[in-house]
Amino acid sequence: MQLPSRLFLSTLLAGGVLLTSCQPSKPSVKIGINAELTGEMPAVGASCKQAAELFVEQVNAKGGVPVGGTTIPLKLVIVDNSAKADQSAAAAQRLVSQEQALVLVGPNASSCAIPAAEIAESLGVLMISPWSTNPKTTVSSATGKPKQNIFRSCFTDLFEAPILARFAAKNLHAKTAAVLYDMSSEAPSSQAKLFQEAFEKEGGKVVAMETYSTGDRDFSAQLTKLSGSAPDIIFLPAYYNDAPLIAEQARRLGIKAPFLGSDAWSSPDIIKLDAGKNLEGSYFCNHYSPEGANLKAKQFIADYKARYGSDPDDVAALTYDAMGEAVGAVTAAGKLDRTAVRDAMSGTRTFDGVTGHARFDVGSRDPAKSAVIMQIKDGGFHWVATVEP
Amino acid sequence: MGSLNYFCQQAINALQLGSIYALIALGYSMVYGVLSMINFAHGDVFMLGAFFCLLLVALVPVPFWLALIIVMGSTALLGTLIERFAYRPLRKAPRVSAIITALGCGLVIQNVTLGFSPYARRMPSLLDITTYQFGGLSISTLQILIIGISLSLMVLLDYLIRRTPFGMAMRAISFDRATVPLLGVPANTVITITFAVGAALGGAAGLLYGLAYPVISPTMGIAVGWKAFVAAVIGGIGNMRGAVLGAFLLGGVEVITVTLLPSTYRDLVVYSLLLVILVFKPYGLLGKPPLQKV
Amino acid sequence: MKNRLLTPALLLAGLAISAILPATGLVNDYLQFVLVSLAINAILCVSLNLVNGWMGEFSVGHAGFMALGAYASALLTVRLFPGAPPWLIFPLAIVTGGSVAGLAGLPVGFLSFKTRGDYLAIITLAFLMIVKSGLENIPFTGGPRGLLGIPHFTNLPWAYFCCVVAFWGVRNLVYSKFGRGISAIREDEVAAESMGVDTRSAKLAAFVTSAFFAGVAGALFAHQLQFINPSSFDILKSTEMLVMVYLGGVASLGGSLLGAGVVTVLTQILQPLGTWRMVVLPLMLVLLMLFRPSGIMGYSDWSWLKPRSERNPKPKPEPKR
Repeated sequence: MQLPSRLFLSTLLAGGVLLTSCQPSKPSVKIGINAELTGEMPAVGASCKQAAELFVEQVNAKGGVPVGGTTIPLKLVIVDNSAKADQSAAAAQRLVSQEQALVLVGPNASSCAIPAAEIAESLGVLMISPWSTNPKTTVSSATGKPKQNIFRSCFTDLFEAPILARFAAKNLHAKTAAVLYDMSSEAPSSQAKLFQEAFEKEGGKVVAMETYSTGDRDFSAQLTKLSGSAPDIIFLPAYYNDAPLIAEQARRLGIKAPFLGSDAWSSPDIIKLDAGKNLEGSYFCNHYSPEGANLKAKQFIADYKARYGSDPDDVAALTYDAMGEAVGAVTAAGKLDRTAVRDAMSGTRTFDGVTGHARFDVGSRDPAKSAVIMQIKDGGFHWVATVEP
Repeated sequence: MGSLNYFCQQAINALQLGSIYALIALGYSMVYGVLSMINFAHGDVFMLGAFFCLLLVALVPVPFWLALIIVMGSTALLGTLIERFAYRPLRKAPRVSAIITALGCGLVIQNVTLGFSPYARRMPSLLDITTYQFGGLSISTLQILIIGISLSLMVLLDYLIRRTPFGMAMRAISFDRATVPLLGVPANTVITITFAVGAALGGAAGLLYGLAYPVISPTMGIAVGWKAFVAAVIGGIGNMRGAVLGAFLLGGVEVITVTLLPSTYRDLVVYSLLLVILVFKPYGLLGKPPLQKV
Repeated sequence: MKNRLLTPALLLAGLAISAILPATGLVNDYLQFVLVSLAINAILCVSLNLVNGWMGEFSVGHAGFMALGAYASALLTVRLFPGAPPWLIFPLAIVTGGSVAGLAGLPVGFLSFKTRGDYLAIITLAFLMIVKSGLENIPFTGGPRGLLGIPHFTNLPWAYFCCVVAFWGVRNLVYSKFGRGISAIREDEVAAESMGVDTRSAKLAAFVTSAFFAGVAGALFAHQLQFINPSSFDILKSTEMLVMVYLGGVASLGGSLLGAGVVTVLTQILQPLGTWRMVVLPLMLVLLMLFRPSGIMGYSDWSWLKPRSERNPKPKPEPKR
């Protein structure tokens, strides 16, 4: 196995390396989607992908994106990040360097969005996260000032947590609360801490803060500890795959306190996974409600349902808006240049999409938007209240 | 009264966890006993136990006991196939090759399952679970079932090893593999059956784990299976009673850790415990050093 | 005399090329990324090969050394000296990363005195898990959510340079007195001891050097990806390294390069397969063990990599009977 195999293998190596750098050359507006298609929360990735594809179909049906006088077709490149932080960073790297994406949309989970944002920022590419609520996504970890290239379509935990705290104190009449959250995940951690601050400002008392890690399945130790402090409610800012499991184990341990969730609950799959109906009657916060939909939203819901057979959830709606914002920036820039597109986005002050009216204040990367409180009831989500910014 | 309650509740949690670990750890020890090899694929056989159950119930709704038997049979078959095609050709090869093959097999199984199911699945509930509450303590029929079935299987295995000719052959092979065939014992058959039994136990553990924690994912093999491996090593790999001891010890340590510290410390404590035990007792708590011929 | 200068000259030329290439635009961002990854993987591979190949042990925990190197270097550039000029801080970070990892190699080396084979594998696994779990619990290192904002210092020249140094270092170790001791341990440890080989020093030398270079690779890795978290350094990473070593060839410098190359390229080419691509590497590992356990270039090397005295030894004439 000496000379011939060496030659063969070196050719293979060289060929492989060259192959990986091949590029197609027709002009198109390339948007890179960095989504959680596999791993812990595939329903989130699926919603994101479907909404993006619907958007692209609709735009291309009209000929494409109007850029500087001509219309250029819109193209999607989708990369899976498996809901993992390091893979998200690598995916962002890939989308920018290999796929030559003009704008990045996604990731959705904050744990994935934050590292991807670092990469996008250092490479100077506009990135819009549809669903990430952790404030850190748009803020530079080094300087504490807002990043230049990173935006989001949704509100942040700084807006959400106080709303939930107030709801717990005033509407649910809770004086004491316990919190159980995933400490290895960005969004739940920030929501837990901000909820604690806000709830105590409302005059309540947080009697227990318990933690678990992503992938844990046994919460009996933490729940046993929690029940000892007899809270009025349990704040559970967990993703849709964890919340039913935790609720089930809690009920089995005899814990009767009601649960309160964050926007992390918002996938309808949460009801599918909640076989024992342990979350029935629980409230949570969401980005939009099909029941309170405006005209644009109604059209979007109808189109989405016709195409995919189910109602869009908030991830889908926010992705649709993120795509709209991205494409709007490209049109405003007038050319396929990353810096120009980014500047155009910075110049955007308002955006009216399917999730309502978004207001981007000067220098802010996070829109001021309204939130909705929903309740899980009778196998579905029901609108309870809307809170304006 | 409150803290006694609390302690008892956590003890029950630990017993449940330990029982499942014990079933898996036995598989590791059995295989190490007869072949002196660490079957790194065993954790993924455990994972497949849960997934086979999922598949089975999706195709044909069967009652719990039947599902358990079918799943145990399927994983037993899988175990024998792995042994026959991946391990047997390497019997004469250096130990390292066998370990690496085992690692590779385990990863192939995990990643193929990931290919078919890239995300977690909801395990169907095969039983109606009632929770009994007395004196502030909650015990569910599921916990009783898991602990009960595990203990029964362990007792059955102990009987098999100590009271049957097959068990004697198994122990003979782990003592001296080369001589045993000369005495008329079909070594290959015994080894194959050992793998089958070990895998069946692992499959049962998978099903029970899936019932207790109904969201299963293909990465379960690494998460849970490797902990059981640590349990087997702590007890002395190759030693059945050691495996059970190690498993319950580990279950207890894990529960205590999560009670006192954030759950991210769990792995740290478990593996540090392993290291400490190995430093002082390099062959595990109940293990004996192998004779080294010079 | 001319021959002696040829190798260093070629290496320097390579360094120059690696520095100029990105600027010419012949090599796009992505290709650079792949080449840098290849260099990092090569360093990892050759470091693991030292312990698993030449010394014949079985370490499953090298991702732990890599993690230590990555974190140590990243903490230096992010927390301790943010904003320092790259040409000053990066070499310091790399050396720090390597040294921290190398230091961690000491206890593992010591533990290897008493145990061999399977138990050493278990100990290295425990080491890996402890490092990973330890990093998850220290808030200073960012905990389970990882460390952000690592500056992008790794570029082609640096990666190339570190790779050359790593290979040169391992090569010199392997063909030195220590190295022969290491190979002797692989063949038969008890016999080696009774022949007077200082097995303890050899083992320590092997583990520390191996850990050092794994740490260097970790430092380069951290400054390429700009973000690290503990789950990047788990058993899967260790498995990747194992595949590289056992594919390319154990106890072989050329094999290390080959193994790293094949795995890096395959990882990139197989992207379209999605989750199924992760079946290919372990499957390759299994097939390798069944059909070619020492790898493509096991125990042999291209002659230009060996020191002069090792090449084509003249066969001794048969003694007349």
